[in-house]
Amino acid sequence: MSRRGWFLPIAAILGFAFLYLPMISLVVFSFNENKLVTVWSGFSTKWYGELFRDPQILGAAWISLQIAFVSATLATVLGTLCGFVLERFGRFRTKSLLTGLSTAPLVMPEVITGLSLLLLFVAMEAIFGWPDGRGMLTIIIAHITFTMAFVTVVVQSRLSDMDESLEEAALDLGARPVRVFFDITLPVIAPALVSGWLLAFTLSLDDLVIASFVTGPGASTLPMVIFSKVRLGVSPDINALASLIIGVVSIGIAIAAWNLRKQVMK
Amino acid sequence: MAKQAVAADTRPWADPTAIPFIRIKNITKKFGDFTAVNNVSLDIYRSELFCLLGGSGCGKSTLLRMLAGFETPTSGTIEIDGQDMSNVAPYDRPTNMMFQSYALFPHMSVEKNVAYGLLRDGVAKEECAARVAEMLKLVKLGDFAKRKPHQLSGGQRQRVALARSLIKKPKLLLLDEPLGALDKKLREETQFELVKIQESLGVTFIVVTHDQEEAMTLSTRIGVMNAGEIVQVDEPRNVYEEPNSRFVADFVGSVNLFEGEVDAGAADKLRITAPNSGGDIIVDPVAGLKAKQKVWVAIRPEKIRLTRENPKGLANERQGVVEEVAYMGDISVYKVHLDNGAVIKVTEPNITYVDNPIKWDEHVWLSWSSSDGVVLTQ
Amino acid sequence: MSTAEAIPRIGLTARVLSKFGLNGRALVIAVPLLWLTVFFLIPFLVVAKISFSEAMIARPPYAPLWEYGENGEFIWNAQLGNYSYLWEDSLYVNSYLSSIKIAGISTIFALLVGYPMAYYIARAEEPKRTLLLLLVILPFWTSFLLRVYAWIGFLKSNGVINNILMSLGIINEPIVMLQTDFAVYLGIVYTYLPFMILPLYANLVKLDSSLLEASGDLGAKPATTFFLITLPLSMPGVIAGCMLVFIPAIGEFVIPSLLGGPDTLMIGKVLWNEFFSNRDWPVASAVAIAMLALLVIPIMVLRRAQGAENAHV
Repeated sequence: MSRRGWFLPIAAILGFAFLYLPMISLVVFSFNENKLVTVWSGFSTKWYGELFRDPQILGAAWISLQIAFVSATLATVLGTLCGFVLERFGRFRTKSLLTGLSTAPLVMPEVITGLSLLLLFVAMEAIFGWPDGRGMLTIIIAHITFTMAFVTVVVQSRLSDMDESLEEAALDLGARPVRVFFDITLPVIAPALVSGWLLAFTLSLDDLVIASFVTGPGASTLPMVIFSKVRLGVSPDINALASLIIGVVSIGIAIAAWNLRKQVMK
Repeated sequence: MAKQAVAADTRPWADPTAIPFIRIKNITKKFGDFTAVNNVSLDIYRSELFCLLGGSGCGKSTLLRMLAGFETPTSGTIEIDGQDMSNVAPYDRPTNMMFQSYALFPHMSVEKNVAYGLLRDGVAKEECAARVAEMLKLVKLGDFAKRKPHQLSGGQRQRVALARSLIKKPKLLLLDEPLGALDKKLREETQFELVKIQESLGVTFIVVTHDQEEAMTLSTRIGVMNAGEIVQVDEPRNVYEEPNSRFVADFVGSVNLFEGEVDAGAADKLRITAPNSGGDIIVDPVAGLKAKQKVWVAIRPEKIRLTRENPKGLANERQGVVEEVAYMGDISVYKVHLDNGAVIKVTEPNITYVDNPIKWDEHVWLSWSSSDGVVLTQ
Repeated sequence: MSTAEAIPRIGLTARVLSKFGLNGRALVIAVPLLWLTVFFLIPFLVVAKISFSEAMIARPPYAPLWEYGENGEFIWNAQLGNYSYLWEDSLYVNSYLSSIKIAGISTIFALLVGYPMAYYIARAEEPKRTLLLLLVILPFWTSFLLRVYAWIGFLKSNGVINNILMSLGIINEPIVMLQTDFAVYLGIVYTYLPFMILPLYANLVKLDSSLLEASGDLGAKPATTFFLITLPLSMPGVIAGCMLVFIPAIGEFVIPSLLGGPDTLMIGKVLWNEFFSNRDWPVASAVAIAMLALLVIPIMVLRRAQGAENAHV
């Protein structure tokens, strides 16, 4: 449809500008000399320095990274199992239940997920004595629960694209089902597991609402700290933080893109 | 490897004392309301190269998968070398399968692919390596051992798949449309190679295919399938020359089919009144037919002689005008429009008329003997 | 393709695994199922239960659903007071309606912005197409919170947009953009745009371009081809994209908090306030249950659209 002429390219350019201008301005003003995030007065990296001297932000970042790492890993394990079961196990009695439960978190508003998990933890503490207060553990549990849905979708989609005769060939050659899963299925879907993990990691790192509901004293995550700061107004060290994150993600995506090109060219 | 006597030479199906190697007994497979395989029974002998031939949806692939253990029959049993295969998982069966898509493990090299089955059996690494090297030599891929599947051509991948499935010396090798993805020339070469390998190893092959030329080339016997049932089982020559039904006559090769009625005729010849063929057809006598019974006569196009003059001397004669000529290089296919409106397909080798080819609108004579037509009752 | 070939090889692994005995297979299913039941399903039941309780000054701050009185008799404490409170106080009804309105309008804008982008990317050639896709996905991987924050800087009275417009002399006084419903629309469209573009792209990229060429060949102008051919065929993608924006947007909290004003009513904010500010857990629970009931229909629409999309393939 190259004869579409001017409309599509202009619309696309405007769309991408819309997507990127705010992020670009974040980065630009992180190097701004003065505190006003909107009037340029000179180049300075002092806000980055301030960022790294702020114990609240650093502490929260460390907590968030730990939570994200643990929950992403466990979510990947559970989500892979779930995706495998849904895609390869044919019909079984609880299938509709599992399908519903594993995909509902995708569209469930976070306030509801957060509230319901908190009420669960409170009730469990009252009845069983566990969890003993809320904090990093409860956040991890909550994050696993809602991010595994994303991993399930990614894994299930990759499995449905995969040629099932690869697994059948392995069975035919004498490998038992568990061996087939580890020898054949996992290596073939490995890229999907990686993207699932990354997805779960990012979602966990970024979550504000659910963490706010289920957290306890002493477990402040990075989004919680950012939120309390920006509620009071703009703050250039937050710009610096944003720029760092954008930088890391851009590099990551560039690496992924380069890898993809290498694979295609092979 | 000294050549063992294979089924192609000994023809065990003609021997009443021979014991079948594979016994398929009353196998039925239903998927919900749909019956994919309907009460199929088949005996296959050791070292046969047996072809299941049929169109899409006839059930041949389902039958093959039941032999491999990937589908469980709704009813019936399968015995391989006397052992009942019900409840035996694919990884415990003495069968191996060569998949239509080859199913080569993309993350493993050719070597590792071929070695996979041996390693599952617990074969020691040194012996494994030796056997893999030997097998790769057999399929002429010795130099490609370290390559990965995506670095190979279609024909090479097919040979890896074959090597991988043969290396465990299975009692039964199942091949699902093994040559479907290859182009014509490669397919012809590979067909002969496949037969050679099979005969040198003596392994029993069951091949599923929709290509009747392939079935004719490869097999010791063909099992023609239609709508979940086996319609005819016989050597290729007999399936071609003596089809048992209109379906087989039409599926294998091309054919002229004429509907007619048995006429109580003379003792040494049978007369079929077949107005569609432009007259009565004379055939050799067939036992068990009644007067006025509805039958069909199948006549292969190459058995009809096409001449410019009245040939005289053959039992059946017709006259007509050439409506179409298709030049195929070695032969030409003619469609001849008879005086009464019927159209008959005839092929003649081009050498017959090389100096003066038959052209459109020429008036010609068609003739065939009484032994050229086959009478079909179904 | 014949029926026999179309029969999916369902449950091969299942049949094989069932030879393990019920144990192996059931165990594998049980792991994710148990986790999700305990940490996703049961919490909803807990919410439902509490929504029928009365608020109390206690830890936890609600009355038990049942208890035994002094004489050992069974007392049932469930009451619909929270729900009737929701119904009577116009704040809640208005918030629901306002949430639907805001989410709906934002979805439409997201569609208008996202469709041309998705179309452009789908029609682009490699490697440009992959590059553009990565550009769409990149913002998704950066912090959602921080991207919303970026708009604060843009929309403030002395923010980037106002400063530029004033210095260009286009306006004399700053336009109030922050703390308005408009800012919320902008925020939702901005953050949810990738969710609109990706399903649309997935659908449009499978569109057979020879269909469009045939339409042109038969005499249709580009606009006609779009409305008669492209748009109807892309419907499953449109619906999927809209639902992926609309459903979460209804319950949004961060965007209305940071970009909206005190009179920007959204039910996510209301639930948060009910819980954290008012400490009224039962009412918050009732709000949540009502929100869930509201979402059932859009979720079912999404499921059906996803089913239609799979059937198309």
